[in-house]
Amino acid sequence: MRVAITATGNSLESKVDSRFGRCSYFVFYDTESESVEFLPNANRESVEGAGPASAQTVASKGVQKVVSGEFGAKVKAIFDQLQIQLIMVPDSNRTVAQIIEMLNKSK
Amino acid sequence: MPRQKLMRKIDKLPTFKGFKPIGKAEDAVPVVMCLEEYESIRLSDYINLSQVEASVVMGVSRPTYTRIYDMARKKIAQAFIEGKPIVFEGGKVYFDSDWFHCNSCDCYFDHLRKEILVEKCALCGSSMIEQFVDIRKEADSSEIRCAGRMLGLTKGCRGCGILNNI
Repeated sequence: MRVAITATGNSLESKVDSRFGRCSYFVFYDTESESVEFLPNANRESVEGAGPASAQTVASKGVQKVVSGEFGAKVKAIFDQLQIQLIMVPDSNRTVAQIIEMLNKSK
Repeated sequence: MPRQKLMRKIDKLPTFKGFKPIGKAEDAVPVVMCLEEYESIRLSDYINLSQVEASVVMGVSRPTYTRIYDMARKKIAQAFIEGKPIVFEGGKVYFDSDWFHCNSCDCYFDHLRKEILVEKCALCGSSMIEQFVDIRKEADSSEIRCAGRMLGLTKGCRGCGILNNI
């Protein structure tokens, strides 16, 4: 299963980004192969529609779960339709590595 | 004293208050349709679930669901034949909030396949989860989370948006 995590930087030690649409990096983690892929967010500076555009990017990677600090209303509707689960981690002090560790434990 | 009714879960509320017949006196006594009855029509006749599936969605037993559905049809028939208005009102219902909160890792996650019960946290896999109800929109600014509805066994939890008469 593939999981997308929003991150503030391109290392495993960077924090989870509290925003979804305008996060700095997307981290794609595969729970089976344990592979990690970093993708810079192209919609970071966009004025409008960052959420839906980012949702498109994430969905095209075939993920089943998305972890971020918060999601907007438009994004929620899109992911509901695509049957992708949203996970919110309100305190953004967790690092990407910690999230991956938690995902591994729950496997 | 009869046993208390279980809370019924409502996914979608009607976006309007009821129906009026054309060419009839305005002051006719309306047929009061409970929200769970409206929901049963939506589940059974609009999205074509079987009664077993629909009862799971609503969180009641299959025979109870059948009684609710039966009542809904009787009320619709009565309103049609006698030319009475229908109003959607009341019912022993709560609203599906979609979101769950994990007490172990303090995350929030949503649940897409409603026919399957949520058993563990989507992130850490812990079973210490509860339904998250944001009642700020409805009542005051205090945040109340409720541990009710775990496996649908608890009845009448104060926190989960109980509305007996809306």
